[in-house]
Amino acid sequence: MGELNRSTQVIEAGEGAAFATTKLEAMLAWAQKYSLFMYPFVTACCGMEFMSVSSPRYDFSRFGSEAPRFSPRQSDLLWVVGTITQRQAPILKRIYEQMAEPKWVLAFGTCAACGGFYDNYACVAGVDKIIPCDVYVPGCPPRPEGVLDGLMLLQDKIQSGDRRPGIVKPRHDPAVDQGLGLIDLKRAVKA
Amino acid sequence: MAQALIDLIKRQFPSAVLETHSQHGDDTLVLNALAWKSVAEFLCSSPDAAMNMLVDLTVVDYAEREPRFEVVAHLLSLSLGHRLRLKARVGNPEGEGAAIASLTEIWASANWAEREAFDMFGVTFIGHTDLRRILMYPEFEGYPLRRDYPADKIQPLIPYREIPGIEKVAPFGRDEGMSFGRQVHARWAEDPEDPQAN
Repeated sequence: MGELNRSTQVIEAGEGAAFATTKLEAMLAWAQKYSLFMYPFVTACCGMEFMSVSSPRYDFSRFGSEAPRFSPRQSDLLWVVGTITQRQAPILKRIYEQMAEPKWVLAFGTCAACGGFYDNYACVAGVDKIIPCDVYVPGCPPRPEGVLDGLMLLQDKIQSGDRRPGIVKPRHDPAVDQGLGLIDLKRAVKA
Repeated sequence: MAQALIDLIKRQFPSAVLETHSQHGDDTLVLNALAWKSVAEFLCSSPDAAMNMLVDLTVVDYAEREPRFEVVAHLLSLSLGHRLRLKARVGNPEGEGAAIASLTEIWASANWAEREAFDMFGVTFIGHTDLRRILMYPEFEGYPLRRDYPADKIQPLIPYREIPGIEKVAPFGRDEGMSFGRQVHARWAEDPEDPQAN
């Protein structure tokens, strides 16, 4: 299909036509963001958290990201889940290059985002050294809520056409304030 | 615990055993590197020892010592239940001449364990049929777990992307990031005043 042509193409029909074009783009972006076919490029422990995010409790399929496609030809969102080693890097690059435009990359976990706690001869410190990345979800592993935040952030970016990379910020967990005896945690959160 | 086992080997190979010690229930024998294979064969085939499992084989780099590398093999007898650790020292301080007999003909699990030892330390196993790198890629130069391999040396297999400031993202330089991060042995630190060299 190729790159969606985002340049203004005003149809020479009348005044309201430009409105129709941008509305068309918005509608296409809406369709794209709510039907992300993901490629879960899972290498390490974050894969366990990926599985729990896909489980009914947290469930990313309610955001439209229902179908994992294990073929780069059929997917538009590359989830890089887990550590990427130097030896795995050419494989990741090839998978990314085989995906068709428009495509996005979500770095799941700190190993994929920045190398995590691995600072050695074997690991690539972050997937953005190999391929461009759109959303970084930090965490080791990230909470499922954090991953869903990352997915929603990506959806906002798709809707607005913003290709700048974004990082998911940590959130205050409402479950902490329930007074269930988590006194120290409450103190730490309030501090 | 297996003092009888140690005595058996000492009787059988009096010149091969350099040291023994038993601590916390573990028995260790330090052997002459030339007797490595014959002691291992004896331990596997002798009915009193019957060490039919090589649990692991690895190498330790004592960079200040001569010989430098210590090849460590852990053996287990599944029928008799006793364990033994064998050690042998090879290699000169520059890391050359580290060669020892391969145990692949005795235990098949030695195959990959020796390949890993070769990949990480550069110890050659004589008689190994397919001694090549197992964890690192063939283009990798050097032996990463040796003490003199720079801890912050990165050898990318595919070149990193050309984006401005890529060197400023992790991994960080010596003076950036976490202070408890990378330790560099003072002997090989490029800058002797380096605060992170210990």
